[in-house]
Amino acid sequence: MTTAQMIFGRLTWDAFPWHEPIVVATFVAVVLGGAAVVAALTYFKLWGYLWKEWFTSVDHKKIGIMYMVLGLIMFLRGFADAVMMRLQQALAFNGSEGYLNAHHYDQVFTAHGVIMIFFVAMPFITGLMNYIVPLQIGARDVSFPFLNNFSFWMTTGGAVLVMASLFLGEFAQTGWLAYPPLSGIAYSPATGVDYYIWALQVAGVGTTLSGINLIATIVKMRAPGMSLMKMPVFTWTSLCANILIVASFPILTATLVLLSLDRYAGTAFFTNDFGGNPMMYVNLIWIWGHPEVYILILPLFGVFSEVTSTFSGKRLFGYTSMVYATCCIMVLSYLVWLHHFFTMGSGASVNSFFGITTMIISIPTGAKLFNWLFTMYRGKIRFELPMMWTVAFMLTFTIGGMTGVLLAVPPADFVLHNSLFLIAHFHNVIIGGVLFGLFAAINYWWPKAFGFKLNVFWGKVSFWCWQVGFWLAFTPLYILGLMGVTRRMRVFDDPSIHIWFIIAAIGAAIIAAGIGAMLVQFAVSIWKREELKDVNGDPWDGRTLEWATSSPPPEYNFAFTPVVYDTDTWADMKRNNYQRPLSGYQPIHMPSSTGAGVILAGLATLCGFALIWYIWWLAGLSFVGIVAVAIGHTFNYKRDFYIPQDVVTRTEEERTRTLAALGA
Amino acid sequence: MSDAVHSHGHHDDHHEEGSHGSFGSYMIGFGLSVILTAIPFWLVMSGVLHDPQLTGVVIMGFAAVQVIVHMIYFLHMNTRVEGGWSFMAMMLTIVLVVIVLSGSLWVMYHLNANMMPHADMSAMKQMSEMP
Amino acid sequence: MSSATATMEPRAYHLPEEPHLHEGHSTNLGFWMYLMSDCLIFAILFATYAVLGGSYAGGPGPKDLFDLPLIALNTAMLLFSSITYGFAMLAMEKNRVSATQGWLFVTLLFGGAFLFIELYEFSHLIHEGAGPWRSAFLSSFFTLVGTHGLHVTFGSIWLITLMVQVAKKGLIPANKRRLMCLSMFWHFLDVIWIGVFTFVYLMGVLR
Repeated sequence: MTTAQMIFGRLTWDAFPWHEPIVVATFVAVVLGGAAVVAALTYFKLWGYLWKEWFTSVDHKKIGIMYMVLGLIMFLRGFADAVMMRLQQALAFNGSEGYLNAHHYDQVFTAHGVIMIFFVAMPFITGLMNYIVPLQIGARDVSFPFLNNFSFWMTTGGAVLVMASLFLGEFAQTGWLAYPPLSGIAYSPATGVDYYIWALQVAGVGTTLSGINLIATIVKMRAPGMSLMKMPVFTWTSLCANILIVASFPILTATLVLLSLDRYAGTAFFTNDFGGNPMMYVNLIWIWGHPEVYILILPLFGVFSEVTSTFSGKRLFGYTSMVYATCCIMVLSYLVWLHHFFTMGSGASVNSFFGITTMIISIPTGAKLFNWLFTMYRGKIRFELPMMWTVAFMLTFTIGGMTGVLLAVPPADFVLHNSLFLIAHFHNVIIGGVLFGLFAAINYWWPKAFGFKLNVFWGKVSFWCWQVGFWLAFTPLYILGLMGVTRRMRVFDDPSIHIWFIIAAIGAAIIAAGIGAMLVQFAVSIWKREELKDVNGDPWDGRTLEWATSSPPPEYNFAFTPVVYDTDTWADMKRNNYQRPLSGYQPIHMPSSTGAGVILAGLATLCGFALIWYIWWLAGLSFVGIVAVAIGHTFNYKRDFYIPQDVVTRTEEERTRTLAALGA
Repeated sequence: MSDAVHSHGHHDDHHEEGSHGSFGSYMIGFGLSVILTAIPFWLVMSGVLHDPQLTGVVIMGFAAVQVIVHMIYFLHMNTRVEGGWSFMAMMLTIVLVVIVLSGSLWVMYHLNANMMPHADMSAMKQMSEMP
Repeated sequence: MSSATATMEPRAYHLPEEPHLHEGHSTNLGFWMYLMSDCLIFAILFATYAVLGGSYAGGPGPKDLFDLPLIALNTAMLLFSSITYGFAMLAMEKNRVSATQGWLFVTLLFGGAFLFIELYEFSHLIHEGAGPWRSAFLSSFFTLVGTHGLHVTFGSIWLITLMVQVAKKGLIPANKRRLMCLSMFWHFLDVIWIGVFTFVYLMGVLR
């Protein structure tokens, strides 16, 4: 081993993809853009502000916003991958190879999936739950504020590793679930699968801890009087989603450990020889994978419940059945996983069992849909943007769900497995359910977080671009899938199907316009924030406790912990002429900020990077560093402070003045 | 600072948690565990039952009982700890573990049975010659 | 504090005394849930051992490799460490710092003995050519038993840290909470070991 190899492992100058012009161009753009951002932050002397007020904050509201920012940035990266795929598939006919070689294309579709699931959808929903749940239950923060901060930085660390793979080495070329033997060391000897493994392991720790945090928060920190059946529905679905997180991510962790042992230690879990069984990986990974998609959707079902009831001016119909349906979905999600590999050969008895359970699990979701419709029935419906996204969800997701029930029939799945029909189905439910739900949530809760509403015009532009673009992009895929076209194809021989790929590419372009319009919406709203100001904290005539606070809420959320008598607590308070206490403010006990989370996650990311590149000394050192810093952090017992009484008084009196000026 | 403020409250919650044992209960747990460990080892090492299947079932039963003994006497598990949430979390975990274990065994058994390569490889040869 | 007068009796939307959640209110529950998640990790390792544990790849199997008397000794070490930790907790309840420290130290010794014996067993197996790379059976064996051993190792480091912290600050509420969490962790590891010695070692020899 040369000295360079001892110091740098397998990291050499060849790690940078000099010969791939697209990547080089991206690198230049990123460096220039990054340099501009760094320069601006330095010029405006914002580093100190960012570190003290945001990066080290243990405030659930700040952490929630940081998660949303991370999700948004990674969304743009993941969507870029999507555009690249659509373009390649639209071009690669009639002898043309398109513009992406196989090595690159395979990384693009893998990265697209990994990023969208782990670094867009998960951060977005974690951010939402982090911001809103403590406010909805009348609490001042989550149960474990430091862990919350640490979880965020671990998720970010995972994202950093994925992004690093663009410029140093390569990413996995295995698809987003990295099945062996392809993902084993024999067939993927380079860094790609290792980036995949360590990015997910680092982020996975963050996600699991976040799950534990939110469950403890919901169980232990509810305001007096808020029994479980008086919680807002979003809090209920968050509770179930977090239970799913804690109950499923360990499975992903263990399975990836087994894969990495195969790659690093020569074990024989998923190899073709020495007694290994690659099918076991598929089995285990989907035992995680199916609950994962319910983790993604359940919080958004909660959002739809909140939005439907608020914008229909009515209590949610069938609260109890909503709760039971959510719990049913949570348990049943563990009984369907084999439907992801009906064709792997388990036989009729096994396939029938899982086919039936898969069909059963659609029933509670159907019950929820009817509850939303009954909530709307005879309501005074206001089609503000959140409600528009919700109605779009109902239509889009239902169709996607129906194609899912179609796929649940094993004989049908034998034809459609891994075809473009499958791709269309899951994009239908993820975009229609998760993404539309996120857009509804963002439009709904943005005023609470930032103090001003989002511009409606650009919101509607974005909305309609998504509606048209989504169907243009994915209906062709349903048709192609039924005709037998396989997923993840780079080049095509049959010119008669070319037209569908062109239509799909146009759909993607319209979606891109929709995303652009959303960014414009943010920019215009920030620019015009005075006009769009949310003065009293309750811009939508909301029904739950978060709307009782100012927009944005004070650091401590509630000067006095509220007592709860009813679901739709805030609606109940308004109905009963609730008067805010105007005096008697006390100092408020809050947790202190800390940099330990940033440092620990940084060390974990460094350790992952070192393991990817076989830089063993650095891996060992950073691991020891993690343990040492973690132990050191536990010697700090003084992690709290009190917000002084006069600060609370001043903040509350300002709010009193604001509300009085509104003639409230 | 907060320690002083909460010290009296702390004493109350500690007993409210109820999650600590007594010397007697620890010794019962220990004694039971010793017995529940020694017997399975003896059954296997001496082969006294002369039937591996039966021995297997018996020692699994002993294991299950010893797990419960540990839960009660060492982990102080009961339905009241943390308002019942600890017990519920444990039950859900047990259900999921059973699903994961039995489901994996069932699925993998069928996959292995159906997908095992045939001794007669001519079918494979035919397939590899297809255009 | 309370509300202004109105024509109807207003509901009391705030308590006369602001409720206070005591420090560490969620720690027990949070740690228990972490343990449940750890249980699932072990479940996956057990499932893998169950599925792949019969694949010897023409190499040695459990009957050739497992030394049951040694495992019985190891099991005893871990069980003793559990009871001594229990004694440490009893001393902690009575706020007796040196008794607590003493029993913690004895626990560490038993835990250390467990790890030493296990490392000895592993190195012996590897010497015999039965390392984790030899077959899927051995891969799953080493990973399951090794992961348990890693947990015991981390628990021991945690135990040493807590002994230092108790020596520095005494049995303050925060340290008691931490000792409670380690107690749950330690006993949980003994529960997992019941599964290991039954399903891996005893059943292995019976196969």
